[in-house]
Amino acid sequence: MATQHSRSAARFMMAPAVILLLGWMLVPLVMTLYFSFKKYLPLRGGDLGWVGFENYVRFVTSSSFWPSVYTTLIIVGGVLAITICLGIVLALLLDQPMWGQGIVRILVIAPFFVMPTVSALVWKNMFMDPNYGLFAYLWKFFGAEPIQWMSQASIQSIIMIVSWQWLPFATLILLTAIQSLDGEQLEASEMDGASALKRFWYIILPHLARAITVVLLIQTIFLLSIFAEIFVTTGGAFGSKTLSYLIFQRVLESQNIGLGSAGGVYAIILANIVAIFLMRIVGKNLDN
Amino acid sequence: MARSVTNRRKTINTMLAWAVGLLIFFPILWTILTSFKTEGEAIADPPVFLFFNWTLENYSIVQERSDYMRYLTNSIFIAGGSTLLGIIIAVPAAWSMAFVPSKRTKDILMWMLSTKMLPAVGVLYPIYLLFIQLGLLDSRMGLVVVLMLINLPIIIWMLYTYFKEIPGEILEAARMDGATLREEIIYILTPMAIPGIASTILLNVILAWNEAFWTLNLTAAKAAPLTAFIASYSSPEGLFYAKLSAASTMAIAPILILGWFSQKQLVRGLTFGAVK
Repeated sequence: MATQHSRSAARFMMAPAVILLLGWMLVPLVMTLYFSFKKYLPLRGGDLGWVGFENYVRFVTSSSFWPSVYTTLIIVGGVLAITICLGIVLALLLDQPMWGQGIVRILVIAPFFVMPTVSALVWKNMFMDPNYGLFAYLWKFFGAEPIQWMSQASIQSIIMIVSWQWLPFATLILLTAIQSLDGEQLEASEMDGASALKRFWYIILPHLARAITVVLLIQTIFLLSIFAEIFVTTGGAFGSKTLSYLIFQRVLESQNIGLGSAGGVYAIILANIVAIFLMRIVGKNLDN
Repeated sequence: MARSVTNRRKTINTMLAWAVGLLIFFPILWTILTSFKTEGEAIADPPVFLFFNWTLENYSIVQERSDYMRYLTNSIFIAGGSTLLGIIIAVPAAWSMAFVPSKRTKDILMWMLSTKMLPAVGVLYPIYLLFIQLGLLDSRMGLVVVLMLINLPIIIWMLYTYFKEIPGEILEAARMDGATLREEIIYILTPMAIPGIASTILLNVILAWNEAFWTLNLTAAKAAPLTAFIASYSSPEGLFYAKLSAASTMAIAPILILGWFSQKQLVRGLTFGAVK
């Protein structure tokens, strides 16, 4: 029923957002592509000409590439496994009738609102410090030697910190999904004598499948680019350098723009592969 | 009989859930408690939980030494400014997509979402270079623009889903009565859309407040917000636990309170309507 007039008005109202996002996407993207084919060292000679695919080859053949891919996979995989498994358990627990449900919900969600630099520093110093951290006291209390978390278990430490930050997100979304479950179906299956485990496996888990996929994809996109948690804890040392942290170091620390840009293009391609799956789910939902 | 069983189950659930909730919340609680201790008590062996001499001195020391107020002002300016700017740009766009949809609306929405997936590190240098060229490095205005752009897709999506819920019949009735487009927006749409806009603002202030890639990489001394303020404690000052805790508490308290109000919107905003 929209008139021609309102159609053109609509286009006009959409224009600023579309133009800005188009610029935000295209300008840096084109620049990154441009630099990735150049030997460009701002502090050591500047623009040293075109080099073709040399940066792309050098980035993947450098000795730090495969370790960084490995670290990225371990961290992303570890955090996903922990947050989704614990998230399901927590969501099931929070869905039960109890006293003070609202307050418990608030307690569980809180870590999500803590800024990444704060959670990383608090965990690093007040919990994981080998001399004064709470974990050190706990270990000593049980007669064990305190762990040098940041150097001996750097990847595990980062997985722990990041999982703590993202567990609320997974829990909240899975809880929302559980609450939309048809209670009658569950009751009927209970009447028919299905055990709690069977009810979980055949009714609850399939119902959650879609929410789990969404959590998986959204978290993957954010986790691929975690930065502050590494920046303030290990600074990329002790084998905790992820792919995006490696690119950050190439670009800002060693100021090798060509090499860093080639790495950036790899990161963009990787993120897009994940994004395609996420967009499919979101898009399907838009049709309903 | 049945009643007593459910009550017993409820008690067990309650105890279990509270235990888990407190465990998850513990690092925050511990930080808040430590901020009221002296440095000696903060590293006492065995650790003290509640029975110590409560003091406020850490807060005044942090404020004096590191000029907390300046970082706080920067955070408020950057989070508030980017959200406000984003809303101004997003409201008309979301409005037109929700009420005058065309064949391409879905594609545009999906494309906007895809810009959110661009990894920041992939475009770090271009943005860094542009910032230098435009004199925006270490400026609050520069961060306002960047954070507005990275959150714009989320703002548009959230507003779109809220606007979609406003019944179109009301608008048609207004049009019948001869309301112009402008009147329609000001007198009918805006009042109905205010709750949705408010929750969108809330979530985006939180996201901008906690953003820690661009705020760390594009600021130095002048425009640094609280994320950078805390990062400056990473060494060796971080070993002063009581002061670190006071600084951390001040950095997270405002957003923790806002966040508790916005937990329902969080799901909608961060899953792009894929989970309801």
